[in-house]
Amino acid sequence: MSNREWPLWEVFIRSKQGLNHKHVGSLRAPDATLALENARDVYTRRSEGISIWVVESNYVHASDPSDADSLFEPSDTKVYRHPTFYEVPDGIKHM
Amino acid sequence: MKTMDLQELEKRFQEKIDKEIKIEPNDWMPDEYRKTLIRQISQHAHSEIVGMLPEGNWITRAPNLRRKAVLLAKVQDEAGHGLYLYSSVETLGADREATIDDLHSGKAKYSSIFNYPAVTWADIGTIGWLVDGAAIMNQVALCRCSYGPYARGMVKICKEESFHQRQGFESLVTLCNGTPTQKAMAQDAMNRFWWPALMMFGPSDDESPNSAQSMKWKIKRFSNDELRQSFVDATVPQAEILGLTIPDPNLKWNEETGHYDFSPINWDEFWQVVNGNGPCNKERIEARTKAKEEGMWVREAAMAYAEKRALKKTA
Amino acid sequence: MKNEDLYNYVLRLGDDSLILGQRLGEWCGHGPILEEDIAMTNISLDLIGQAMSLLDYAGVLDGQGKDHDALAFLRFENEYRNALLLEQPNGDFANTMMRQFLFDAFRKPLYEKLLESTDMQIAAIAEKSLKETRYHLKHTSEWVIRLGDGTDESHQRAQTALDLLWRYTDELFFQTEEDTTLISLGMVPSMSEIKAEWSKTVLSVLEEATLVIPTNNWQFEGGRRGMHSEHLGFLLADLQYMQRAYPNMKW
Ligand SMILES: [Fe+2]
Ligand SMILES: [Fe+2]
Ligand SMILES: [Fe+2]
Repeated sequence: MSNREWPLWEVFIRSKQGLNHKHVGSLRAPDATLALENARDVYTRRSEGISIWVVESNYVHASDPSDADSLFEPSDTKVYRHPTFYEVPDGIKHM
Repeated sequence: MKTMDLQELEKRFQEKIDKEIKIEPNDWMPDEYRKTLIRQISQHAHSEIVGMLPEGNWITRAPNLRRKAVLLAKVQDEAGHGLYLYSSVETLGADREATIDDLHSGKAKYSSIFNYPAVTWADIGTIGWLVDGAAIMNQVALCRCSYGPYARGMVKICKEESFHQRQGFESLVTLCNGTPTQKAMAQDAMNRFWWPALMMFGPSDDESPNSAQSMKWKIKRFSNDELRQSFVDATVPQAEILGLTIPDPNLKWNEETGHYDFSPINWDEFWQVVNGNGPCNKERIEARTKAKEEGMWVREAAMAYAEKRALKKTA
Repeated sequence: MKNEDLYNYVLRLGDDSLILGQRLGEWCGHGPILEEDIAMTNISLDLIGQAMSLLDYAGVLDGQGKDHDALAFLRFENEYRNALLLEQPNGDFANTMMRQFLFDAFRKPLYEKLLESTDMQIAAIAEKSLKETRYHLKHTSEWVIRLGDGTDESHQRAQTALDLLWRYTDELFFQTEEDTTLISLGMVPSMSEIKAEWSKTVLSVLEEATLVIPTNNWQFEGGRRGMHSEHLGFLLADLQYMQRAYPNMKW
């Protein structure tokens, strides 16, 4: 197999104005220009999007799932960050 | 992080599965789970791509422009499905082009149905109705697969598939309401595709050794025979609406079981076709190998250009 | 016939889309990589969609109740009015991309002008088709540049394709006596304007692609008059097969 195969790109699509770009999958492309065109042809055949981002997969760094405990559990106990933690007297509006 | 022993990891993994928590690419997973998924998803991807060929050979001969556009869009979708699936294989650490090389060398399998020829226009409608119909039956079940990227890919694919079966059925409705020649063409296609379509669900449960483990891992949710039965039950009434006869003298409704009974499947034929002796195995692999080989210089050219550009930028 | 001059003009547009769409469809399932397989099918689908609108309109202008299928499938070879360029076989990927590029570079300015047509129907078709064609031109330009300035092999293949196809480019700008009437009515643009635009695009892309225009500028023509190459007959044998083998049936 040739080692000159195209690199992998992650594709993110904004489905409509006002929404975030969302990861939809990946594809192969030689460069960013063609990655965008390929993403358009592959992932928006049914009007799924109005804007596309592509990122070469190599450049995506992910958190390690085995660190999930230490990364994400500490915030579970910080309930005071949520508005429902606070009691508000009856009759108060717009808060 | 404290190191866990393998048993503990496996136990936790199974607990997640049992609690219907999806497994994501970087999560720990047993080697066998990973291998099974790579095998299954790449086979599925290969099936989508090889599946483009029998229908693709009718694109230039479609009988009118509407049907031509529909067929093009349908076959193109299959390329998209292959791509989505290769994309989920790659999340497991497998390389798309390497799995494709396995297809071309004969090491990897694909759905045996695509080794049957599409010889008349009625075959195109029949493939949409029966073959995509059977595939949908399988794929809807896979939308709940325990592996996140595969399940999400399946959801996307199922959304797109629904037009495939409908366009096929619509095309057959036209033939069955058409001239006697057209009706006969449809019946002939039915006669040839019915049994291969039933074979698409794979060997019967007592013959598929990996099934139990796949069910435990929730890669599979239903057994081959269960899915096959659902397909027969769903399809027989549709054939009646078309006025087509299903080529099985033993097909009949069973009040007791609430299902249709049908004749045993010719498993000799199934295994022969799976192992390379179907009517079109050779042509299908040749066509795919040729596309890859003849595309090599194109892919290389684009890479060379990208590298030149990158150099110019940094210079 | 309601408007024979306009009918002939629209027929040429429709046949160009039809024949090129048919050719591109041959790639489906055989592309050099999946992503590009999908891209080529998209272009083919756009062209077939355009052919449907254009031939439907031609049928209206003809006034004999013919729809796009009657025109697409039931004419004799010498009744097709596509340019010779478009019926040329796909060849390799370089040849297909070059053919498409040379055509897109012509179609884009043409649709831009047809947008202003005093014929509302043509203007409407041009509006939809222009969006599609802009993208086609972008995509094929990208590829011509990459192939031309890629590897030695791709450069060679792209240059061979250009040498082969260049001979069919003049015919794209074919204009009849009757067209001058349409031009004076503001229905269609003069081809000299289109050619100027085309040359600009083609020269700049070819330059970036490091490709050179062949020195021998001998040109072929005939398609616009119904005199086709040997290739069209085979293309039509496929295209028309069902309609000819099973006449008068609905599909
Ligand atoms: Fe599919
Ligand atoms: Fe499908
Ligand atoms: Fe499928």
